[in-house]
Order: sequence, then structure tokens, then C-alpha cells
Amino acid sequence: MWVLRGLRNGVVTTRYPRRPDAYESSFPAAVGVVDPAARLPGVAGVCPTGAIEADEGGVRLDRGRCILCGSCVRAHPEVFSWAAGSETAATDQATLVVGDEPEDDDALSALRADLARRVRRLRRSVHVRHLDAGSDGSDEWEIQALLNPVYDVHRLGIFFTASPRHADILMITGAGARGMIAPIARTLEAMPRPVVTIAVGADAISGGLVSPSYATSGGVGALLPIDVWVPGSPPTPFTLLHAILLALGRVPAGREVTA
Amino acid sequence: MSNEVLDTQMDDDTVLVDRLADRLDAGDRFASLMGTDTDEGLRLTALLATPDTIEPFDWVLPPGTTSYPSLTPRIPAAFWYERDLHDLFGVTAAGHPRLDPLTLPLSDDSERPVPGRPGAPWSIQPDEHILPRLVVGTGLFTIPHGPVRSGVSESVEFLVETPGEDIPELRVRVYAKHRGIEKRFEGMDAATGVLLAERVEGIASVAHALAFAHAVEALGGVRPPRPARLIRTLHAELERIANHLDVAMRLADAAGLAVATARFGAHKERVLRLVGRLCGSRFGRGVVVPGGVRALPALRPDRIRAEMSALASGIMPDAQLLMNTSSFIDRLRHTGVLDTDLAIDHGALGPVGRASGLADDDRIRRPYDAYDELVWRPATPWVSCDARARLQIRFDEIDDACTLIDQIVTELSTMDPATPLCRSVGFADGRGIGWAEAPQGEVLYVLEVSDGRIRRCRPRSASFHNLAVFSHTFNGDVLTDFAFIEASFGLSMAGVAL
Repeated sequence: MWVLRGLRNGVVTTRYPRRPDAYESSFPAAVGVVDPAARLPGVAGVCPTGAIEADEGGVRLDRGRCILCGSCVRAHPEVFSWAAGSETAATDQATLVVGDEPEDDDALSALRADLARRVRRLRRSVHVRHLDAGSDGSDEWEIQALLNPVYDVHRLGIFFTASPRHADILMITGAGARGMIAPIARTLEAMPRPVVTIAVGADAISGGLVSPSYATSGGVGALLPIDVWVPGSPPTPFTLLHAILLALGRVPAGREVTA
Repeated sequence: MSNEVLDTQMDDDTVLVDRLADRLDAGDRFASLMGTDTDEGLRLTALLATPDTIEPFDWVLPPGTTSYPSLTPRIPAAFWYERDLHDLFGVTAAGHPRLDPLTLPLSDDSERPVPGRPGAPWSIQPDEHILPRLVVGTGLFTIPHGPVRSGVSESVEFLVETPGEDIPELRVRVYAKHRGIEKRFEGMDAATGVLLAERVEGIASVAHALAFAHAVEALGGVRPPRPARLIRTLHAELERIANHLDVAMRLADAAGLAVATARFGAHKERVLRLVGRLCGSRFGRGVVVPGGVRALPALRPDRIRAEMSALASGIMPDAQLLMNTSSFIDRLRHTGVLDTDLAIDHGALGPVGRASGLADDDRIRRPYDAYDELVWRPATPWVSCDARARLQIRFDEIDDACTLIDQIVTELSTMDPATPLCRSVGFADGRGIGWAEAPQGEVLYVLEVSDGRIRRCRPRSASFHNLAVFSHTFNGDVLTDFAFIEASFGLSMAGVAL
């Protein structure tokens, strides 16, 4: 019976990344700065997580801190706006800050070259281990969603594994709860080299709204080296998929730079 | 200070325990126990769910008091709450059967978070060395599951004590995810507080935001306008559908039914996308604000209706087929039985309680938002008390949710779009209690405000309350039943250790 049921709706799987996906490109997965040169001295106070910085140079927004509450968009629609498109992951934490002049490209390309060297043998088949370091639980839902037939990451040679011993990529969620510091170290130790790490969500990047707190580390960056930063609260499955492809250098040419 | 004063205090406390126990015998439900540091000493607050409201009972331990008579011997449901109190405040429940660390293991001389006290500790490191490790019994050994689990799941450690197959004893260690949420609330305003409430238990964001907003509205004496009540209910029910589909998916996955897992996963994705199109967040975040809602749904009512009917016609036949798949049902029937008596004693919440014959549901008993204005007959509780009943009640509730949403959509389509969606609500000083029925069960917020800032906020998730009874459901079940029993509870660990 289930066999027939499985055929009922035909193919529901997205063709992303080979073809664009309307849901991926239309989802408001980030906030952008429309007018980076605006002079808004008190605007930083609008943001509950301190993601906005404003001075004589203009306005900058750190997507690694942004929890997508939209306070800034409502208060200053002429400066901030929702940005459509889920491809918001970055290999350099500094590039998550939008509204800024691009950083010097040498450091960034060195970072990418190092990552490319590590993932050379992983490109076509990669095993991912997830690790929760104090998330609110929603990030896990979105990671789990990658396995449903709509995203079906198996078609791209991406597999989730139960054991860190079989894993190439570590996807880590949560603000870095202190109770997870030792388990994180043990998990990382158990993984074969090379290891690629992905920090999933604003909580993992900066601690989000949960930090500062006596019980968290204000993000997992303080606990282990991170290769790919995935903003969002939580990031959508497409953003997560983009992050994995970005780590593997498999994002189709011409689509890598977003901001 | 003489001993006499202390003794009198202890006597008073004992009388209070008796009073609480009498109320429970008379039919009230033990809902929560919390502490608040005040100038007069540590104030303990027990919350009782009466037939139509949630009632607080306060008593104060004078400064310097380090213990109080434990509630647990008379009120077993207080078991975890008193362990949590000990971790956060360092206060000892005298006569507690097993006061092991729960949410934050610390040695006796460590600094503790002490919610309610101004200021917060800079850093507190949980000390896993003080956790008891002894297993006593012939041929018993311990299988640790976690804190890093297999698959994509939240961190928690289950210590299964077993002679090889059955599970006579199960210990749950939840502290790994402790985030210090209660202290983090302190000093926030209402607008930021609701954002943090959405992140206490991320898969029940709407329910937590609602319970928080209800507490603020109780303080301010404000009721949101009707369209806001309807939109809140719409999102709360969509969240319920998504969560129940997640449970169905995990159960199907545990049984290795690949097609069923894929189908329920796809249905769930469809619900999350609908929520995302309504409000911009796949988890309904930003919808609820104290006093009302942020905006009208971004989809026209007839589009919501079309999407809902497509969803229902996809889910219901799959639910029916799943409940008739014998290889699946065999794994759930008589698995993880939570006896009705135990469920009543413990005050089991949500679908877990309703699968064991309990009818309590905040949407009916203590209605909020639009629940008492809509015509619906809540699903009859099941009495078979097993994992199968817990899944069946969830499918029943999905059915109810579709009925509710259908009515809400009808009302929204006749609504004047110019009606205000939010009433202004001040952040008055005092204490407010708010609740909401999350997919996991009742969520409770106790909120204390002074000078327009949160002085103390204590969320209590159904996950915390129900996880305490989880380990009592393994009578005769074996290791391979574990995944089914766990999934059938449908809890989120983020809401447990806070």
C-alpha cells in the first residue's frame, strides 16, 4: 500500500542547485541595508541583539547577530529592508556584515583556498554529523528537513551519519552551552581529518538573543574553528543546503556572492 | 536568631504542604514550582491548575534559610521541580527522595544563578563530576545515549540501566543544553521578552509567545481585539499540526517505514511553508506581540482555505493508512504505557495526558484568544495509555485544528481590514500569569515586572513537566522500544533545561 502511496504526488523534489527554485529565491531569509550611507546615530538601539552599527561612515548590519525580528525594517524602512533569497551562508564571518565595503580579497581567497584543499576529496560524497550545542530546537527541524523528499539531499551525495567517526562535516547549532563544551571536544576528536565545520544559525554565530548568559559561550566560534557561517533564526533548509554546497565548493559559478 | 524561629517557619511550611496536597486530592493539578530571590528571602511559588484558572501559592523562606520541607513525598509531581530549585538557588528540599542535580550540576560551594536577584553571574560551568554514577543490581549495566545522539536531534543524555534487554531504570540528564534563559529575561522590556520567549522552545514558538503575551495582558488588564485573537489561534493551530506531523514522521522513521516517513516529512514541510507565507517566518515568529498581533496574514483567506484543504486531503488518508499498517501498530500497541492513575498523580500534560484518559486542555478549561468563540468539540481522550494512543490523539487534534482554521478563515474573510490588530498594553508593575496549550501541552509563564522591566520570568514548558514522567513508562518494554516511546512523547529538550 505504501508503495502506491509513495507514487501519488509524483516528483516533489526541488531541482536546486542545478535549476533555480522559486521558494529559495523568494524567501525573506535576511535583512539588507538599502541605504548604507544613511546617517542614523541612534539606530543601533532599535536592534535587540546589537546587530546594527551606525556612525559617520554609515549603517552596517551584522547578519551573524540578526535574529530576523524585523524591528529595524519597521522603524526605518528607508534604510533596512527584507532581502529575498536563501543563499546567505558565508565562509568568512566578516562578510556577514552587510552595508560595509568589501574586505580585502586576499585574506578571503586564502580562506577559501584552505577550505578547497580540505574538501577536495569530499566533493561528490560527503557525510554530515549534526551537533546541538544549546539550540532552541528549531534549527534541528530545518536540518532534518533536508532529508525530506522536497530537499532530498541524498540526490546530491550528501548523507547524515549517526556517528562522528564517519563524518566529514560537522554542523553545529546553538549558542555554545557550557554543558556541551566537553561533548563538542570529544565529537571533534572522534572525527576523521579533514574536518569541515558549519555554524548553523545566529545563536551559533554570535549567541543571538540567548547570549550574553552565564551558561553559553556567545556562539560556537569560541569553541572550535568554523569554516562556514549560516545566518538565520533558524536558517531555512535552502540556506543550509547552500552552506553545505558552499563548504564543498559546489555552488554554481556566478551565484556565490550574495550580500 | 534562635532555633525556635526556624522551627516555627518549618511548621508553617509543613502546613502549607498539607494544604496543597488537600487541594490536589480535591481535583486540582500540580502545575509548577518556582523560586524568586527577593529582599525578604527566597519566595517559593507553587502553581495549581484549578478547573478554570492557574492559582499561585507563595511562601517565603527567610534570608539564611537553606532548606524547607520537601513537597515531593506528598506531591510526587514536584520531584523534578525541587531538583531544579536546588540547582538554581542552592536551597535543599528536606526529605526529598533523590535530590540529584538536574538542570545545572554544581558543587555545594559554587556560585548559582539565583533568578530574581539583580545582576547575573558572568560564567557558570556545569560540573559533571558531581553527578552520581553508581549502578546497583545484579548483572545491571548502563548504556549511555547521548548527549550527542544518533541522527539529527537535540542534546540530552539518557542513561539506560539494563540487565540486557528490559529497562528497569532510566535516568535523564538534561543539563547539557542549559542556556540560562531565566536570568536572560531579567531586565528586558515586553517587546524583547516576547522574542526571547519564542526561542525558549523553538518548535513551539507561537505557544510560548502567547503564554508570555497573556501574562503581560493579564498584568495590563487588556484583551486583544477580535481579529488578533483569531490570527493568534490560526498560528497556534498550524504550529500544532506541524508538531504532530513531526511526531508521526519520527515514529514512522523508528519503524523503518521509508515512504510514510517521507510523506509525513513532506506534509510538514508544506505546513511550514504555509506559515512562512503567512508571516515571513516558518515558525510563526514575530506574529504575536503583547496586546495583539503584528499584521494580517499575508495570504488572502480563500488562498489559506485552498491550501488547508489540500493539506488535509493529503494528511488524513496517510494517517489512516499508518494507523492500519499492522507492522507499525504492533510496535506501538502496549508500548510505553502511562497508567491513568500515574498520569493523574503527575498531572501529565498535553497529548501525553490525553492519551491516558486526562481531559485537561487549556484551550477548553482555561480558554484564551478565540478558542471559546469558535465552535469545536475537542477530541475525546484515549484510555489505552500507550504510544499508539498518543499518536492517535495527535491525529485527532490535527482534525480539530483543521476545523478551527476553517472557521477562522471564514471569519477573517468577512473582517473589515481596517480593524485594529493590537491594543496598547502598558508594562504595569506586578505579577502576571499566562498560559497556552502548546502542541506538547500546557506552557506556563510567570512574569514579574518592576519599573517597566522584567524582574523575573519563569517559563515552564510541557516538555519539562512530561519528561519527568517519561522514565516511568518502560514497564516491560525493551531497548528497541525506546525510540518509539521517546518519539511518542514529542518533547523538545530546549524547553527542559532552559
